[in-house]
Amino acid sequence: MLILARRTGETIVIDDTIRVSVVEIKGEQIKLGIDAPSSVKVYRLEVYEAIREENRSAASSAQIPKLPNILGEDT
Amino acid sequence: MTVQTKAFGPREIEERQIIRFPRGVFGFEHLHEYALIDSEQPPFYWLQSVAEVQTAFVLINPYMIKPDYVLDVSPADIEEIGSPPQEDILVFAIVTIPSDDFRGMTANLQGPVVINRKAGLGKQCIHLDAAWPIRHRILAGASSRGET
Repeated sequence: MLILARRTGETIVIDDTIRVSVVEIKGEQIKLGIDAPSSVKVYRLEVYEAIREENRSAASSAQIPKLPNILGEDT
Repeated sequence: MTVQTKAFGPREIEERQIIRFPRGVFGFEHLHEYALIDSEQPPFYWLQSVAEVQTAFVLINPYMIKPDYVLDVSPADIEEIGSPPQEDILVFAIVTIPSDDFRGMTANLQGPVVINRKAGLGKQCIHLDAAWPIRHRILAGASSRGET
């Protein structure tokens, strides 16, 4: 892994077009500003992990319950 | 073609039901071909892996359980399925049904599955609005594993 030291207001450039700036450092929290073309997707890693985890649970789902009009039930 | 399904055993599948997921779905990146099958319990559908019988997902139309749901994903995701016109895009949420109590079933509104039905191309996206829950309870008033 490449490790770079940056100060507030400094930026790194990835693949010529993606700019990641350190906007603010406050205690343990760092605010990053990301400038990227719309074709570049940026998400928090936790979201990927949570969706991957949920997919695994979903894949081992029980069978669909055999009840008519299940969405019409109140409870 | 005949596909081995988790829900129904061997099942005859038409070519138009075969959906390719070039990048798989999250956590199942090695599987690229699924069959989209009506379940015997509408409004649910099955997304059955063609290669792995034990890998199948229950799907639901998110607009049916959350009428104000809005699909807002990266344009890059829509490009990956060939940038189809709106009417050719199918949107599904993956359903998790707990084995101990089906009433806790939830739908993943954060990671919608989008399908270009004409091209038979699919993709699991991440919603741009992080507020949509990964576990949205489908049955109101039922107990569940919690919502987030």
